[in-house]
Amino acid sequence: MKFTVQDPCQLVRKSLGDPIAEDLRFVVKAVVGEENFIDMTPNRSNNFCCGGGGGFLQAGLPEERHAYGSQKFNQIIKTGADYCITPCHNCHSQIHDLSEHFEGTFHTVHLWTLICLAMGTLGENERTYLGPDLAEVGL
Amino acid sequence: MSTEPVIKLGQKKKSLFKDSVMALLPDGGNLNMCLTCGVCSSGCPATGLADMDPRKFLRMASMGMDEEILSSPWAWMCTMCQRCIYVCPMQIDIPQLIYNVRSVKPRDEKPKGIVSSCDLALKHDTCSAMGASEEDWVFVVEDVLEEVRDSQSGFESLEAPMDKSGATFFLNQNSREPVTEPDEMVPLWKILHSVGADWTYGSKGWAAENYCMFMGDNKDWESIVRTKAKAVDDLGAKVWLNTE
Repeated sequence: MKFTVQDPCQLVRKSLGDPIAEDLRFVVKAVVGEENFIDMTPNRSNNFCCGGGGGFLQAGLPEERHAYGSQKFNQIIKTGADYCITPCHNCHSQIHDLSEHFEGTFHTVHLWTLICLAMGTLGENERTYLGPDLAEVGL
Repeated sequence: MSTEPVIKLGQKKKSLFKDSVMALLPDGGNLNMCLTCGVCSSGCPATGLADMDPRKFLRMASMGMDEEILSSPWAWMCTMCQRCIYVCPMQIDIPQLIYNVRSVKPRDEKPKGIVSSCDLALKHDTCSAMGASEEDWVFVVEDVLEEVRDSQSGFESLEAPMDKSGATFFLNQNSREPVTEPDEMVPLWKILHSVGADWTYGSKGWAAENYCMFMGDNKDWESIVRTKAKAVDDLGAKVWLNTE
């Protein structure tokens, strides 16, 4: 099972830069296992915006928003990952929507979900975004 | 071959929209420094939408095609993600040009969804773009917390402090969690609990989103930020943690 991560523009490129992208990978690898992590290309400060930022989600332009996000969707698909971890709420909404719209095979999951799953503390009602492969783990 | 010019440039130097934006920005946002290399456009996911791209937008602004850039819907398709600045050899601030195009549009010509989200955020001191009031918010946090304490072993003493004074962290939350999927707040509480973090929510100013900023309304944007900052200051928290 493979996991990739979306570098949120707001957190990485626009705020704390590559050092926070490294911190993010440290946490993600600790949670999913280093051998199960795969990066998108390009990444970190050079990553593409998913199209969920700047108010695009509320702008009433879904066709354009999907066209914008197709680059992100293809980038995720290329990794072959089963899960895309999105540590930003807007990224989660947009990438989740992209996966549905373009019929992707990956799940879109908040970072907090996987941290609690790894710690064995994820409750039954906190598993909305997990796929069937992880939905029952640790219950 | 047609003799009709594709673009008509005026003979007289006129006041450009670009110049008014440059006056607002440190170093004029480097808006006059473009080498036309196109690195911005080649890595921009909005390239091609509405027959536009970042380089084209800046060139049009430089040529004084104010009417065309101000009427282009592209200002709402650029997410102002700043990748163009990051890759630009001259660090040109195209996103600020976009922001200011948004800013000068009359309110009734801005996307309705963004305007109504800003309007809702101004309704309560919560700053929630989904219109959640202080009462709604406090109720949902208490309700979810009680259920977790009662039903999940090991979390009988889980906390989600509200308006605690002097905490290290003041935690924001995107409105979509309390309003549409409140159970998604719980994993975050558990992580903070597990590491022994000293944190609090505030009944005011807790909503992470700011659609008044996306709308390009400087006055309303400032009002939202000041309400949020005041909520943090009033509780004497040291760090303002934004989840978005």
